Amino acid sequence: MRYLPKSESERREMLDTCGAASLEDLFSHLPPEVRLGRPLNLEAGKSEYEVVDYFRARAAENANGYASFLGAGVYSHYRPVLCDVVVSRGEFLTSYTPYQPEISQGTLTTIFEFQTMLAQLTGMEVANASMYDGSTAVPEAAMMAARITGRPRILASRALHPEYRQVLETYAKYQGLPVAEFGYRTQTGALDLADLEARLDGHTAAVIIQSPNFFGVIEELKQAAELAHQRGALLVFIFSEAVSLGLLRPPVEADIVAGEMQSFAIPPSFGGPFAGVIATKEKYIRQIPGRLAGESKDSRGNRAYCLTLATREQHIRREKATSNICTNQALVALMATVFMTVYGKQGLRELAEQNLAKAHYLAGRLPLKFSGPFFNEFVVKAGARPPEAVNRALLEKKIIGGLPLGRFYPELEDCVLVCATEMSRREQMDLVAEAFAG
Amino acid sequence: MIRKTRPHITQNEPLLFEISSPGKKGYQLPELDVPAVNPSDALGAANVRDQIEGFPEVSEVEAIRHFTRLSTWNYAIDLGLYPLGSCTMKYNPRVNELVARLDGLAWAHPYQPEELSQGAMEIMARLEAALEEITGMDAVTLQPAAGAHGELTGILLIRAALEAGGNPRKKILVPDSAHGTNPATVAMAGYAVENIRSNDRGMVDLETLERAAGEDVAALMVTNPNTLGVFEAHIVQAAAILHAKGAMLYMDGANMNALMGIARPGDFGVDVMHLNLHKTFSTPHGGGGPGAGPVAVKKHLEPFLPTPRLKRADNRWTFDYDRPRSLGRVRAFHGNFGVLVRALAYILACGGEGLKAATMDAVLNATYLRKLLEPHFDLPKSAPSMHEVVFGDDRQAKLGARNVDIAKRLIDYGFHPYTVSFPMIVHGAMMIEPTETESKRELDLFADAMISIAREIERDPKQVTSAPHLTRTSRVDEVTAARKPVVRWRPGAAPAD
Repeated sequence: MRYLPKSESERREMLDTCGAASLEDLFSHLPPEVRLGRPLNLEAGKSEYEVVDYFRARAAENANGYASFLGAGVYSHYRPVLCDVVVSRGEFLTSYTPYQPEISQGTLTTIFEFQTMLAQLTGMEVANASMYDGSTAVPEAAMMAARITGRPRILASRALHPEYRQVLETYAKYQGLPVAEFGYRTQTGALDLADLEARLDGHTAAVIIQSPNFFGVIEELKQAAELAHQRGALLVFIFSEAVSLGLLRPPVEADIVAGEMQSFAIPPSFGGPFAGVIATKEKYIRQIPGRLAGESKDSRGNRAYCLTLATREQHIRREKATSNICTNQALVALMATVFMTVYGKQGLRELAEQNLAKAHYLAGRLPLKFSGPFFNEFVVKAGARPPEAVNRALLEKKIIGGLPLGRFYPELEDCVLVCATEMSRREQMDLVAEAFAG
Repeated sequence: MIRKTRPHITQNEPLLFEISSPGKKGYQLPELDVPAVNPSDALGAANVRDQIEGFPEVSEVEAIRHFTRLSTWNYAIDLGLYPLGSCTMKYNPRVNELVARLDGLAWAHPYQPEELSQGAMEIMARLEAALEEITGMDAVTLQPAAGAHGELTGILLIRAALEAGGNPRKKILVPDSAHGTNPATVAMAGYAVENIRSNDRGMVDLETLERAAGEDVAALMVTNPNTLGVFEAHIVQAAAILHAKGAMLYMDGANMNALMGIARPGDFGVDVMHLNLHKTFSTPHGGGGPGAGPVAVKKHLEPFLPTPRLKRADNRWTFDYDRPRSLGRVRAFHGNFGVLVRALAYILACGGEGLKAATMDAVLNATYLRKLLEPHFDLPKSAPSMHEVVFGDDRQAKLGARNVDIAKRLIDYGFHPYTVSFPMIVHGAMMIEPTETESKRELDLFADAMISIAREIERDPKQVTSAPHLTRTSRVDEVTAARKPVVRWRPGAAPAD
């Protein structure tokens, strides 16, 4: 086995030191009834060439060479070469969580930079070192709000990503944290403030909204936050398209911001691994789940970083921890950090403006369902043909169309969620417009 | 004598924000092929932001130097032994990185049509089948994103099944040797934690279990081999006690590296368990993630697994969303697919025999280190070691140096420290897991370093208590960091030296 760096004579020598006659001998203390009395029923080990070949064959069975207009929480953005170059360095790739700061300053410094850039981007005061993804950051933010307010109910927008809502539901069910939903306006596609107001009460811990929401519509955060705050609830702001933050006003009225970093150089990869994040106000820092890197000094007086506020975490607090989260998404967060560095202050703005221009070009040629302002995603009425027929026609032109919404919103079964990014080309967008025209 | 290292020069590097200067760029976008849109017109002026205050502006050259310089401040498996107990820091094969980046896999959108996702679904199905065979369990979900996430999924499965039977019960038993994630998970799943003491061999005591396993106990959550690296000799009897009371046995699979091809949890009474693909199955830790935490169950828990489930119909793969008894979703989309690809690449490369060989060498390495170090350090629990061994620092502490000091001194010798002060049932614990991917030479160097440090403590403990001496960063003041947390850079903050 090529991953085992020992010769037979070395094994022999080591067994002698151990006083064992054979490798099997090392397991002789196991009760016989637990032993597997046969070889594992798996194929023989493959050469590197065969392994690559197997995955090339599988990759070929997936979509290849298609243009895609799918978004819905997973976006196709260009990935600068530097991102993979940096995360492929063994010092980042093959290190552990930085518990030993003296030999982990590389990882700790990049986490500190990530936290800083996320605070700058979201308009919050502090951000953590990452969560598993956007969907799991939602219940973590909801539980955080429940701890802060001491209240037992969550109100979530129906225009929050449906799979995020499903994950929230699973987590909340067993926490004694009932989740109710409030609607969206059928005209604009934005949250229904009147419905939100009617459902808010003195037991509401958090109002959760997403912007741009699942339909791509930019929400009225200010008004929603005012309503929440009037009733003593926190406003939790969710983003799933991080590039929008390059152009949209940061959610400064929110108390907690939770989001998905996938747009920042993280490949779609059939849905993961991604990286989530939670940002908030300084006064809530001890309620934040997950890792935090903090600045300090070493014994020689040099600036140094270390993981901090560990008393929130499971390995110290056990059942009283803010979360059971242990592993985060350090390497994926590093990809996003390199992405933010490469684009920087001007580039992120310019990138967001290109997304806006492309989406508005395509939207201008299609019948839109909603009138609210949108960034790079919007809902289209399919018209004469059902959404699935439009998509079938597009597949023949090597284009993957948008997401038919019926599976998540029965009332929108004739609608499609379409996304255009800087990667969408004009000729392809014209083909999409043609397909919808029938 | 320090045989593995010699000092070398590392570069200083300020933060990105400190090397930024206005107008610098590391990017160029293609020219727009559609008309530009005025953001204020399209979005409303109130929805448009000002520039991002403080965001970096650096060139491509400065960016790559920045991250490369920072990378040289890290220790990594690629540099040598990383003996963190319970973390299974084994070699991360690079072919896994290559295959995860193939276009057809890396650019697969989770909502692309199923007929254009058959390759991805086949990979998932093949991994599920392999993990079922390795664990002896009946079904696997790949949705959980990490070990602790798998734990939560597993405990929720127990809850869902018991609830379906009319009574979810109230408590989960957790041994005092458990990982911290275990009790934290139990609390998140809405159960109370009841800690049970392990016996003097570091194992779950059957009489204690019998007494504790009352009508309100939903499950026992056990790590096997446990955090002392000891196989729970009475696991079959423990399972029988629980099952007789209508409770279940959850196994934390963090230490599965000790069992592949040797013993299967499904054969010794486990109802549900999670695996850490970033431990046992070689996917990189990446400085703290991403991981993946598949959950394997026996048949009776299968209906409750998260949606969707892979299903074979008409000679193709499809996702089945019609799962009325499912506990729901624990994560959006299909889990950490990129990590799943890497784990399957590892399993294919090893094959059944290779996995067993890996486990046997892992146990050989741990046992070998135990033999070399036993004369010099206290070994509080004497049961045979599997993949890891836990020493205590009593002998050295009497001379003035603790486990944490020895850990820091190891850094000077060119090694990442062991896991410090865990499990908590061993006073001054030093938990060492070498994994199978260490050569005899590397293990000998490590043992020499430990023995040399033990001698230093006898002669001059200060040399050890003030370590590390040879790193660019000396001991960090973690107390001040926690007392006055500074978790972001701000303009005007003190610049680097």
